[in-house]
Amino acid sequence: MGMINANLLKMFNNLMNLAKEKGQTINLMEVCGTHTMALFEHGIRSLLPENINLVSGPGCPVCVTGEEVIVEAMDLIENNTVTMFTFGDMMKVPGEGRTLNELKAQGFPIKVAYSPRVALEFAEKNPKIEVVFFGAGFETTAPALGAVILEAFNKKLNNFSVILSVKTVPPAIHFLFSQEIRINGFILPGHVSAVIGAKSFRFITEKYQVPAVVTGFTAEELLLGISLVVNSILKREPGYYNAYPTVVREHGNIVAQKIISEVFEIGDAYWRGIGNIPSSGLFLKEKFAKFDAKKKFGLKDRQPIIPRGCKCGEIMLGKVLPPACPLFGKACTPEKPVGACMVSSEGSCAAYFKYGRR
Amino acid sequence: MCLAVVGKVEKIEGELAIVDLGGVLQPVSLVMVPQVQVGDFVLIHTGYAVEIISEEAYNETMELLKELRWE
Repeated sequence: MGMINANLLKMFNNLMNLAKEKGQTINLMEVCGTHTMALFEHGIRSLLPENINLVSGPGCPVCVTGEEVIVEAMDLIENNTVTMFTFGDMMKVPGEGRTLNELKAQGFPIKVAYSPRVALEFAEKNPKIEVVFFGAGFETTAPALGAVILEAFNKKLNNFSVILSVKTVPPAIHFLFSQEIRINGFILPGHVSAVIGAKSFRFITEKYQVPAVVTGFTAEELLLGISLVVNSILKREPGYYNAYPTVVREHGNIVAQKIISEVFEIGDAYWRGIGNIPSSGLFLKEKFAKFDAKKKFGLKDRQPIIPRGCKCGEIMLGKVLPPACPLFGKACTPEKPVGACMVSSEGSCAAYFKYGRR
Repeated sequence: MCLAVVGKVEKIEGELAIVDLGGVLQPVSLVMVPQVQVGDFVLIHTGYAVEIISEEAYNETMELLKELRWE
C-alpha cells in the first residue's frame, strides 16, 4: 500500500465519529515499540476521539531487558579482554547509572552492529580476539540470533559468545489478562507475527473474547488495523484479523521457527518494570553452552534492580499513562532514564516525552 | 527493535543475497527464506531476510475494507 487510500480514510473517520457518538471508553493496546513510534509519527493519535485511548504495552525488547543484564555486560567488558558488539539502542541504557556509551568513550572496545553476523564475521577474521555479542529481542530477532549461534557452532568458533535477553510476546499477553487489564482491543506486532504466524495470537479473541488485529507500520496499515478493531468493538462481535497478509502468514515462517527451537529452550523470564512472566524467555540449550558468555567468563547471577517510584510496570500493563508517573520528565528523561519505558526511543514514556500527549 | 526494511533481491550467492535497499546494496542472509528468487522483495531484519513479500496478498488487505461497511 502506498498513498493513503481515500476510501479507507473516509471509513476510518466515519468509524471514529460513530465511536464518539456511542461514547463508550475504548482502550486499544499496541504491543510493539515500532507501532508506538509510528502511531505518534503519523499523527494517528490526533485523529482519535477523546474516548479512544491508545495504550502502549510491553512492546520494546530493550525496555524490558533487566537493568542487571546491562550491568552484567558492563562487568564483562571491564574485567575481561573482549571486544563487544551490540545493537545501537543498547548503548544508552543505564545500568547502575553507567552506560555502554560511557565505557566506549573511556576506550573499551564496544562496537555497534546492525546485525549479529557482523560480530560473527569479526570473530572469524580475528581468531585471537574474544568476541561477545550482546543483544535483546523478541521473536523477530530470535531466529537471527539463533542462526548466528548455529553458524558459530558449525564453524567450531572458540572466540565467540553471547549475552542475550530474548523474550516472547504471547506469554506476556496471557500475563496481561491475568492482571485484570481494561483493554478492549489489541494492535498486534507485524514482524513478530511474520515469524510466529498470525495463529499465535488468536487466543486473544478465542479465549478472552477481545478483538485483535495483526498490522503493519505504514499510516494506511495502522488506520486499517485500528478501524477493524474499533469496528469489531462497536459491533460487539470480537473479530481477529490479519491486516498484514503481504508479510504475515497464518503459520508464520516455519524455517525461522525451526531455528528458534533448535537453539533455544523456553523458560521463565524477568521483564523490567513488570516482573517474572512464566515461559516468556528463550535461553540457549545446553548443546550451545560454550557460546554463553556468562558461563564462559564466570559472571555471577545478579538480582533484578528495581528503581524506586517508577510506574513503568503499571504503564506497560495499561493501568496508567506515562504523565501519571511522578518521575516522568523530571527525574526520568530520555537523557537520564530511570525506568524501562524511557530507556529506548521505542518505549512508551520516551515516545510521550518526544511527541507530547497526542 | 523489530524494525525491518524491504529490499529487492538482486543477486544470490549461496546463503547470501545482495539486496537493493533503495539504491544501497547490502548483503543479506537467506537462511530463513530458502525458496527466495532473484527479483523477489524481502523483509529484512538485523541482516536476515525474515519473509518474502507476497504481492498476491495485497488484495486480501483490500478485502478487509468490506468488513467496515455499516448497513
